[in-house]
Amino acid sequence: MLLEIDNITLLYGRIQALHGVSLNVGQGEVVALIGANGAGKTTIMRAISGIRPVASGKITFNGEDITKVRADLRVIRGISQSPEGRGVFPGMTVQENLDMGAYTRRDTKEIAADLERVYGLFPRLKERRKQAGGTMSGGEQQMLAVGRALMSRPKLLLLDEPSMGLAPLLIQQIFEIITEISKQGTTILVVEQNAQQALSRADRAYVMETGRIVKEGNGPALLDDPAVREAYLGAA
Amino acid sequence: MSALRERLRISNLPKPARYSLGALGLVFLFLLPNKWFYEYLGIPLGFAYIPLYTTKNDMASVLFICTWIILLSLGLNVVVGYAGLLDLGFFGFFAVGAYVVALLTSPESKLLTEYNWLESPWPWLVAVPIGIALSLLAGVLLGWPTLRLRGDYLAIVTLGFAEMIRIVAKQQDWILNGDRGIPEVGHPPGSVGGEPLFSFDAKPYYWLALCVIILAVFLIRNLVRSRVGRAWVAIREDEDAAELMGVPTFRFKLWAFAIGAAVGGLSGTLWAGQANFVNSTTFSLENSILVLSAVLLGGAGNIAGAILGGFLVIYIPEWLRSVGDVFGLPETVTVGGSTYDISPTSLRFAIFGIVLIVVMIFRPQGLWPNRRRAAEIQHRKKEVAVGE
Repeated sequence: MLLEIDNITLLYGRIQALHGVSLNVGQGEVVALIGANGAGKTTIMRAISGIRPVASGKITFNGEDITKVRADLRVIRGISQSPEGRGVFPGMTVQENLDMGAYTRRDTKEIAADLERVYGLFPRLKERRKQAGGTMSGGEQQMLAVGRALMSRPKLLLLDEPSMGLAPLLIQQIFEIITEISKQGTTILVVEQNAQQALSRADRAYVMETGRIVKEGNGPALLDDPAVREAYLGAA
Repeated sequence: MSALRERLRISNLPKPARYSLGALGLVFLFLLPNKWFYEYLGIPLGFAYIPLYTTKNDMASVLFICTWIILLSLGLNVVVGYAGLLDLGFFGFFAVGAYVVALLTSPESKLLTEYNWLESPWPWLVAVPIGIALSLLAGVLLGWPTLRLRGDYLAIVTLGFAEMIRIVAKQQDWILNGDRGIPEVGHPPGSVGGEPLFSFDAKPYYWLALCVIILAVFLIRNLVRSRVGRAWVAIREDEDAAELMGVPTFRFKLWAFAIGAAVGGLSGTLWAGQANFVNSTTFSLENSILVLSAVLLGGAGNIAGAILGGFLVIYIPEWLRSVGDVFGLPETVTVGGSTYDISPTSLRFAIFGIVLIVVMIFRPQGLWPNRRRAAEIQHRKKEVAVGE
């Protein structure tokens, strides 16, 4: 397993946000994490990338215990995240945003190659290379956030709500690109409220409710699960 | 029109033109405190002739105040403008620099007279690096516990720090002499024809400070164009995202804080060298606010903006006083038996309050902003509009 999360709990002050969550992501998989607002999906992402410390439990990445490793060092080990709400640097140009994605790297030639790869995935970003990140549309910012996360050449790509606030056509497009990234060999953990898209494209999926994992299975199977259909797909 | 403006932008001029412009500017600045030079600066306005120089206080003294305030704005600009950390007590580091120099170079210092730590006063030049180092250390000590906090907490803690230094200086007699202060602070070295170069005339101090500013500008500019500067900008624009990019945010915030503190301390050492006398009254809260206004007015995140802001907050009130002098306006009014001081210098905080409000409404990015920062503020505006 590339990522193993063993029974983690996490607190926001006195409020317990995660109650003993365990999940794992295998090499090359696309794993989806679905659930309602406030279920703790984003919190798990923050725990994996190290922005929030866990109260107990263990996170293992690539065979090493990273529970206490600082966030910036986790990037160097190969974990990269496109945060919820995109987190694009508004004053930096598209190019500068992508350069920030490669902040931990010094292999200039390889970075240039990865930049071309990102521009290949998102031709739109190449057209807008010199535009300030903050002046772009929501869809373009989402592409930028995903592209920027790829620039650290991650082993594991964490995508937090890549479809949030996007038009249906754009959602479709973003998910096609996610599938493409996966085909190119990057392991992906994606958090989504758009369960339909996420489940149909994921190898496996977890369902979260109020800080706990309540269900897991392979993507298409969960898509047919009556309880999941009722709760997340708006169909009985 | 805008294409022409773009072409005339200093950074777009060819190199030789840029360098000669810079050289001319420097010559102008170095000549500025000479009477035979500044006498000719003024605006002819119909019948009246309004001098651009100051008449109430001598031009060189005003210019020297401008330079050490500019140095402070340059330091604070690293903290507030680049790294986006709100520091309300920046003058505290200035106080550390000034007191260190005073304690080490004054023959009246208690380090000599009571504690016998020193045999004789140290030269100013030796005290300066120690002043800078201790200011930097103060910055690290203050930043270490507080920079893990975000936003408003930092503003409160820094505010407390500056007030703490002032109150200790005022009330504790065992080393800083309270309000009696420390006299006979050492001057910088050097002599011309047997006369010491640095005594009470402000002109040589202005020249010295100008050289220090040039040096500081080069150092800061190189820093903000490096990986360090990119990390600062990323932290300012979105701290969480910066961390997700692999920027060790805490370390870089501490760096910004420490570098800012060192530059602030340097300014204090220069000031103490000229002031000759250091006591607690100089380190009041208004001065921290004044420097912060300088940075915001000039344009946070831009070195040229910080310099412009630092210059304006000192020069404009002084100049307004002089203009009042030319037209024979009174500096005080008497109403019902009490006399009120209405000189622009004493009213400057009120005036700046109004000016700042106006600037922040119509030009929130400051007078001479960083282009990137301007885009960022536009983005914030849009976010607010969407949120409504």
